[in-house]
Amino acid sequence: MKHLGWKCCLFVSMVLFSVPLLAQQSPASSATTPSAAASATTPPAAPEISKAVSEKLAQLEQHASEAESHADNAWMLVSAALVLLMTGPGLALFYGGLVRRKNTLAIMMQSFLLMALISVMWALVGYSLCFGGNGPVIGGFEHAFLRGVGADPNPDYAGTIPQATFMIYQLMFAIITPALITGATAERMKFSGTVLFLALWFLVVYAPLAHMVWGKGGFLNASLGGKFPTLDFAGGTVVHISSGVSALVCALYLGKRTGYPKQPMPPHSLVLSFIGACLLWVGWFGFNAGSALSAGSLATSAFVATHFATAAAAISWSVAEWIKNGRASALGAISGAVAGLVAITPAAGFVGPMPALAIGFIAGLVCYFMVTNVKSIFGYDDALDAFGVHGIGGTVGALLTGVFAQQLINPVFGAGKPVGGLDGHWSQLGNQLVGVLTAWGFALVGTIVLLKITDMITGVRVSEADEIEGLDITQHGEEAYNLES
Amino acid sequence: MMKIEAIIQPSRFDSVKDALREIGIEGMTVTEVRGHGRQKGHTEVYRGREYTVDLLPKLKLEMVLPDPLVQRAVDTILKTAKTGKIGDGKIFLSRVEEAIRIRNEERGENAL
Repeated sequence: MKHLGWKCCLFVSMVLFSVPLLAQQSPASSATTPSAAASATTPPAAPEISKAVSEKLAQLEQHASEAESHADNAWMLVSAALVLLMTGPGLALFYGGLVRRKNTLAIMMQSFLLMALISVMWALVGYSLCFGGNGPVIGGFEHAFLRGVGADPNPDYAGTIPQATFMIYQLMFAIITPALITGATAERMKFSGTVLFLALWFLVVYAPLAHMVWGKGGFLNASLGGKFPTLDFAGGTVVHISSGVSALVCALYLGKRTGYPKQPMPPHSLVLSFIGACLLWVGWFGFNAGSALSAGSLATSAFVATHFATAAAAISWSVAEWIKNGRASALGAISGAVAGLVAITPAAGFVGPMPALAIGFIAGLVCYFMVTNVKSIFGYDDALDAFGVHGIGGTVGALLTGVFAQQLINPVFGAGKPVGGLDGHWSQLGNQLVGVLTAWGFALVGTIVLLKITDMITGVRVSEADEIEGLDITQHGEEAYNLES
Repeated sequence: MMKIEAIIQPSRFDSVKDALREIGIEGMTVTEVRGHGRQKGHTEVYRGREYTVDLLPKLKLEMVLPDPLVQRAVDTILKTAKTGKIGDGKIFLSRVEEAIRIRNEERGENAL
């Protein structure tokens, strides 16, 4: 959507210019022919030719725009599927491997549940709250029950694909965002409480934030003229800061897991986590490159930036670990990769490969430091480091986007206007800060209130006995591994 | 009849088993166990959290033998299970009063 405006303009103006040019050709050629012989025959023939030409042109124009639309639609449908792949199995495996054996199914079930629950809520009101209407903070009920969401594009967001494609693509973001929070509540939150809290969280925290940053009229929207245009290509604020900060609040509200930090709680299967992280890396191409909302060069640019940032972050985390512990671990490398993916998310469609390497490298180091040092200093039990990786990685990425964004990659503020700090537009850093602080504030307050409400209705934490026995058996009545059977 | 319980390094198991078979020992029971003697464990680090793993995986071989075979079996285990490093394990010997084969209720050394 950010990129489409000028592309359409270019296309339309090319067509507009070419029609008069071609139309002029016949009178021009008739003027050069000897006037005596031609004067009787050419005048009636000229309008016929130009009519045929213009009909042909109109046909061609229609075919060209259909072809563009089909190409964009193909990529966006694939991207939507890729983003769903990030939640299940990607995140489910990544988190599933990091918990202890007795809680494996419980955490996977939470991701899967969200795939179903948020989808239904999205069809009823979610999409409309995020992308209907044009309020500064939240959308309206214009598209409730998906009214008017069909084959016709919504030119405010994506002018070349059916709105239904845009809708289903955005749904996948709404699914993974609350799923990220379950990394902080892992191994001790009730299933009933998780369902209620995350459903409320989607309505009260995610939907407004998505509207503010991406929705028409949203006050942080950069491409549709928001008051504080925050650059967030694929969800650094909306997805990662919101979920990461909420995760921290959840970890503090729930308290530590029984036995933490004295009792060892090593990941039960890093093999699962490893597969999950690799699926996240692949799925993230849909997340970031798909956010171009078209299949053009901007999608390529975002794809390239995503890949390089991820690689750099995997290396910087591993190097930090190698220096500190004398060994580079598999868990460290995959955690670094995820940190890089998070940090490049807001920047993906605004930066070239070199800034992407820098963003990834910085994010890997900062997140490593958060997860290994800061967490133990403060002593909160963010079980799977949802805050350390997503909250901090998202914040680092959002701020660095303000530094590195280039008009060369994406002239989001109009042709010739600088975008980020290094472009000469340092005040963008201020806009990014407004976006970051809004997301932090919204997530903090919203999560505290919703946890209180959930606590009153279903309760949030399982009993100590249930926690020790494990959530798989006590919450779901089954076990992940029945090795004797 | 004596019972031999040998706790050995898992990596030496195949050599020990083959050598015992060569001297005519037909049956044994093997269990995967964890434990520690003088060998220290190791530390594992997950995202900056260190865990000391001090119970190490070992294998426990149990066999009950007629007296004349015991010394040869012990010698064989000593020879094949030894790596010379701390953590090679131990052998325990104890006297067994009775052995009964469940299938046909044979007793004593005939049941071995």
